[in-house]
This record gives sequence, C-alpha cells and structure tokens, in this order.
Amino acid sequence: MQEINITSGRMNPGVDPLLHAWGWEIPLYLFLGGVVAGILFFSAVYYLRGKANDYKAAVKIAPLFVPPLLALGLLALFLDLSHKLYFWRLYTTIRWESPMSWGAWTLLLIFPLSTAWAATFVKELYPQWDWKYEILNKLDDWLKKYRTQMAWALIFLAVILGMYTGILLSAFNARPFWNTSILGPLFLTSGLSTGTAVVLLISKNHEERKRFSKLDMALIGIELFLIIHLFMGFLASTEVHIHAAHMFLGGPYTAVFWSFVVGLGLLLPLFAEVLELKGYKIPVQIPAILVLVGGLILRFIIVDAGQSSRWLYKFIEQMYY
Amino acid sequence: MSRYAMAIDTKRCVGCTDCVVACQTENDVPVGYCRDWIVEATSGVYPELQLEIRSERCNHCSDAPCVRCCPTSASHYAEGGIVMVDHDDCIGCKACIASCPYDARYVHPEGYVDKCTFCIHRVKEGENPACVSVCPTHAMIFGDLDDKNSEISKVLQTRKHKTLIPEAGTKPNVFYLL
Ligand code: SF4
Ligand code: SF4
Repeated sequence: MQEINITSGRMNPGVDPLLHAWGWEIPLYLFLGGVVAGILFFSAVYYLRGKANDYKAAVKIAPLFVPPLLALGLLALFLDLSHKLYFWRLYTTIRWESPMSWGAWTLLLIFPLSTAWAATFVKELYPQWDWKYEILNKLDDWLKKYRTQMAWALIFLAVILGMYTGILLSAFNARPFWNTSILGPLFLTSGLSTGTAVVLLISKNHEERKRFSKLDMALIGIELFLIIHLFMGFLASTEVHIHAAHMFLGGPYTAVFWSFVVGLGLLLPLFAEVLELKGYKIPVQIPAILVLVGGLILRFIIVDAGQSSRWLYKFIEQMYY
Repeated sequence: MSRYAMAIDTKRCVGCTDCVVACQTENDVPVGYCRDWIVEATSGVYPELQLEIRSERCNHCSDAPCVRCCPTSASHYAEGGIVMVDHDDCIGCKACIASCPYDARYVHPEGYVDKCTFCIHRVKEGENPACVSVCPTHAMIFGDLDDKNSEISKVLQTRKHKTLIPEAGTKPNVFYLL
C-alpha cells in the first residue's frame, strides 16, 4: 500500500488538487497556430509549384485569413498571462531553451511576413482595390518581386510554428502525458489538416477541392498512425507514463478523446472524404468542419490531460482507481 | 562559490506544521497559499506499516526546468544556486508552473509567479531560513554543500538520504534523511 496525504492542507489555487495553470486560452492559441501553419504551408508550396491560379483558394484567398487568426491567437496568449503589464518582457530576451520564448519570436516573424504575403494577392483578387497611399502601392509592387523568397521563408516558418505548438507541451518533462516527442509531429500534422479544411471551406473549384480532400485524407491517416504510436510509446515507458496513457484507456478522458477527437474529428471526415471521392454527393463542408472542431478539441484535451498527469504522489491514486 | 541545500530529517519531523506557518508569516504569503507543506506517506501492508513525514518545498534544483523554460529569464539562479523569480520580469505565462515536477510554484494574486526562496533575504544576513530556525525538533539543516565542514555536508556524508523523484532529472537540493 502507498498512501500519501498532504496533512498541512496545501490548496494553492491553480495547482491543487490538479494543476490548472492553463485554461482555454493556450489550447485555442495552439489550435490557431496550427491552422495558420497549415494555411501558410499550402499557400506557399502551391505557389512555388506554379499553381497560384489553379488553386486560387489555397494560394491566394486562404492567406487573407491568416493575419486576423494570428491576431486572435496572440490575443488568447495575452489573455492567458497573469502578469499582463509585463508582456513586453517576452520581446526583450531570446531564450532558446524556452519554447515559450522562441515560439513568441516565431510569431513575431510570421505576423508581418504573412501579412505582406497576403497583401500581395489582394489586387489580384479584387482588381478594383486601391491601397490609397502611393507608398503602399509601391510596397505592393516591390513585395511581388520577392514572392518566391517569401514562399520559402513561409514554408520554413510554418513548419516551425506547427511543430512548436506541440513542442511547447512536449518540453515539459514534469507532465508525463506531454512528455513525448510525438506531440510535435502530431500537432504539425493536425495543423496542416485543419489548414486543408479551411481551403475546402472556401474553395469553389472542383479540382482544388479534390486535391485538398486527398491531402486531408493522407494527413488524417498520418494522424491516426501518430496517435497509435503515442499510446504505444507511453505503454512501453515508465510507470508514470503508463498511468498517463491509462487516462485515455479507461480513465477520465477515454470517452471524449476516442469519440470526439478520433471518431468525429478523424474517422468520420475520413469516411466522408472517401465516399465523396467515390462519387457520393457529400457537402465538403461537413468533413471540413469536423476536422476543424476535432483539431480544436484535440488541443483542449491534450492541454488538460497533461496537467492532470504527474510524477509525484497524492492524487494519482484517487484519480485512477 | 556556494551551493545552498537543505537536509530534512524524516526521523525527527513530527509534522507540527510550524515551518509552514513560519514561512507564511516571514514571507507574507497570501492567505490560502503556501510555499512549504507537510506530507505524510504511509507504505507497507498492515500491520507492517511505515510512516514518513516530510516537510516539502521547492527543491532549488541544480538542473531546474523552471529556469530553462522561462521565456524572460525571470526565473533564474541566484546566489548559491537558489532558484528565484524576479517579479518584475515575470509575465505570468505559467510555463514554469507546468514544468515543475514538484508543483512548488503558484501564481501570486498580484499576477507574478511565486515560490519558496530559501529565505534568501535571511541567508544573505547569515541567518537560517525561517522554517529551519523555527522547527521545534531541529529536523532541518540548511547550509552550503561546497563547504566540506558545514553541518549539512557532514550529515549527508554520514546519514542515509534521498531526494524526491530523482528520476525526473532536476537534481534537487533538498535532501531527506532516512
Ligand atoms: S522544485 Fe520546481 S520550482 Fe523549485 S527549482 Fe525545482 S523545478 Fe524549479
Ligand atoms: S510565469 Fe514568469 S517566471 Fe514563470 S516561466 Fe513565465 S515569465 Fe518565467
């Protein structure tokens, strides 16, 4: 028998009985980061492959959503801070060891670059558009000359951003459920998948939809594979990691994870996309929305579950048995 | 150089919680929060039961994940390896709270992150931390591990001891005498 009590009654708010450092803000921030990474990645890749006109929604339209989505993500991050007035401190230091730090810097680089990228397409999409100031028009013309370079930079930054949303969590050795290197690739894949979902939602072109449906199916397949590996890795690891996995294999997260994330967010859209390719009439919005919602719930569950998993004593016993 | 550490004698500690109250008073810890706490661990099968009473706090780890993950360097190593939070550098991102395997940190109601300081303000004056000096059974020893003649160095040479979850890899500097 092992029984552990805190007899002096530690009840630090936000820490006891279960850690609750992060609420809804961080998962939302991670989700938006993933969506943005997905949109930018495909926009830049298909631009470089000369598909700017064939895949107009992916290359030109979707990036227009990036600046507002990023702003929303940064707002969520800001709302999460408990010492908000000191926010600027994030940008007076660069600390490579801290994912929080390099993530914040990556966002700072992506923000202007993606805004510039999206801006160069505005005139092509809305020929009537006028930037009002001569200098902006000049800037627009100048930026257009560097699209190739911008695209390469965006691919690079999008992959970093997508991975970062997972690494932010997996860097925490203290939370066994987060402590797996699978989270980086898993969140990147999920981010790319939500990116394709955005394209599916706005595209009106049959060819483009078909391409992104196929891409999404492949990404969902990879996600399922990574999720299986995640649990295999945990089950083959130390006692605390096995405990962490059990939260999803019979424990409190079992129902919501397997039904909402895996069932509704991955298998069902996969199924719908397969049927659609086979010629059944299924509105493409359905799988797209499911993928987006599934991706959001995935972030929420993983952020929450990580905080419920721990190395030390006390509540572990009560929680599982 | 010095390396401050604490040795806590589980054979002497009676779990009176004087250290908890002393800390709260000394450091103006907000009501409802604590920087140190008492744990009672029972193990074994009746009637062969073992009881271990421990006064726990931040371990001022030598390889502290809270320092590593802090984006602003608010969490840092101060004199003698004491892990400190600079309140005016802390943005309250709570990464350090998530990173601590011992759950030793919390968000102070004023927004910054707070935790045990080994009473660095007293240590600088050559005094013991408040918890150590108030302990009625003298269960705690505070001192410098780099000084081979310090009481703590000697006691760790002679007594069996452990740290909590060493497998988390943070190199804790709070030792429990067994
Ligand atoms: S016990 Fe926790 S807060 Fe203290 S130094 Fe170690 S990791 Fe940091
Ligand atoms: S909450 Fe403060 S001390 Fe902790 S990691 Fe963030 S900035 Fe650093």
